[in-house]
Amino acid sequence: MGRRTPLFTVHASAGARIVEFGGWDMPLHYGSLLAEHHAVRRSAGVFDVSHMCIIDLEGAETRALLRMLFANDVGKLTIPGKALYGCLLNERGGVIDDLIVYYLGERWFRAVVNAATRAKDLQWIRQHAAGFGVKVTERADLAMLAVQGPEARERVAALLSGAGAARALALEAFCGAEIDGWFVARTGYTGEEGFEVMLPGEQAQSLWRALTAAGVAPCGLGARDTLRLEAGMNLYGQDMDEHTSPLESGLAWTVAMSPDRAFIGREALEAQRARGVERKLVGLVLQERGVLRAHQRVIAAGTGEGEITSGSYSPTLERSIALARVPTPTRGPVQVEVRGKLLDARVVKPPFVRHGKSLIG
Amino acid sequence: MSKVPTDLKYTRTHEWLRTLPDGTVEVGITDHAQHALGDLVFVEVPEAGRTVCPGEPFAVVESVKAASDVYAPVSGEVIEGNPALAGAPETLNSDPYGGGWLARLRLTAAPGALLSAAEYEKLTAEEAE
Repeated sequence: MGRRTPLFTVHASAGARIVEFGGWDMPLHYGSLLAEHHAVRRSAGVFDVSHMCIIDLEGAETRALLRMLFANDVGKLTIPGKALYGCLLNERGGVIDDLIVYYLGERWFRAVVNAATRAKDLQWIRQHAAGFGVKVTERADLAMLAVQGPEARERVAALLSGAGAARALALEAFCGAEIDGWFVARTGYTGEEGFEVMLPGEQAQSLWRALTAAGVAPCGLGARDTLRLEAGMNLYGQDMDEHTSPLESGLAWTVAMSPDRAFIGREALEAQRARGVERKLVGLVLQERGVLRAHQRVIAAGTGEGEITSGSYSPTLERSIALARVPTPTRGPVQVEVRGKLLDARVVKPPFVRHGKSLIG
Repeated sequence: MSKVPTDLKYTRTHEWLRTLPDGTVEVGITDHAQHALGDLVFVEVPEAGRTVCPGEPFAVVESVKAASDVYAPVSGEVIEGNPALAGAPETLNSDPYGGGWLARLRLTAAPGALLSAAEYEKLTAEEAE
């Protein structure tokens, strides 16, 4: 048995198919992954993401610590509540994890990291925090719900006080605020509008019930995966890991090479850039019937071979899509080996879907 | 509780087999199997003329999450794969014992030991424990 979130009993009694994920017993779906996916694209869905690890970092030197640990530059964070996405890197420039960092005050930042990497992330952060006098606290007392879809923000706002609702609806993209005792952030992992709400674990069930009573669809990890793939968002451990750099993972935009700071992994990335990044992460759209899956071989005429890192059926596009790591010059048509047959696919720039609309033409 | 029609035979790997009046057989996956797999989005059925042995993977069904082999329950020659599934794989979820049939086969040897409905029901109940 894995760890369980405060919502486990709610999932189980709703008939969810429970699977192990990153050491947690989590809902895969509640009957139909496709229906859950469409609910998020068309109206609103709610995900229990309490398995993700929330880490509070406190102390006068927190910003200095994060400027060294985080490949994106928290120097960009000047307005309280503002969030920044990026990676923790090792000395070789490999990705230890991807995370969101919130700036909550000059002495207080919050990181949200992946469930499966919780232990190594905490160890890595604590190891470096000591020298900066930064206090590292895992907020296991908090649950987190992601409410996503074109109607999601209204559904959450309806459960807040009048003033709280106004503040929540006024949040700019990638910003959060403490509202009515919850931390409400306009972030997500689906390519739709929505909020992620961090709240005391003992309040999670009542929020879940209020949302589902208001017509928000309970959604599991299955739909979370198809939605993030359509949105062109990487999954740690699948699309990047400690052996791949952000430059070969479609994450160059999250690396801030500001001249005024040294961060762990910077030298390795600079060296990689100087000699030329040999591989890149691209989107693939299958041109035939079938389903692309992780680890299938990609054959690019003239440039060599690559490998699919995430592949699935896209419920919105009704065809198969994938992320694949391929030689940098690869473009246009490629082939993918599926059960011994070569199928035609084409290279596209992710995202595949944004706000319910196809972007692949 | 998944449906287990009493007029069919079953395998331990969750296929069903129906003997048609002309002696040929129709094969598919059970209600229990489709439920366990979840929403199906792609089906690869065998081509006519292919001969198969019991236990040989002869069709593939893919859910959003994963691909799964379907095993031939008997020795036979494929008469036809179900042509309707290419455009409507969800039929396997909605009608696994009817429109969701995967292939029709002509037997090339007497069928081996297959499970009765009661035996198959017992098997799935045990797996659920």
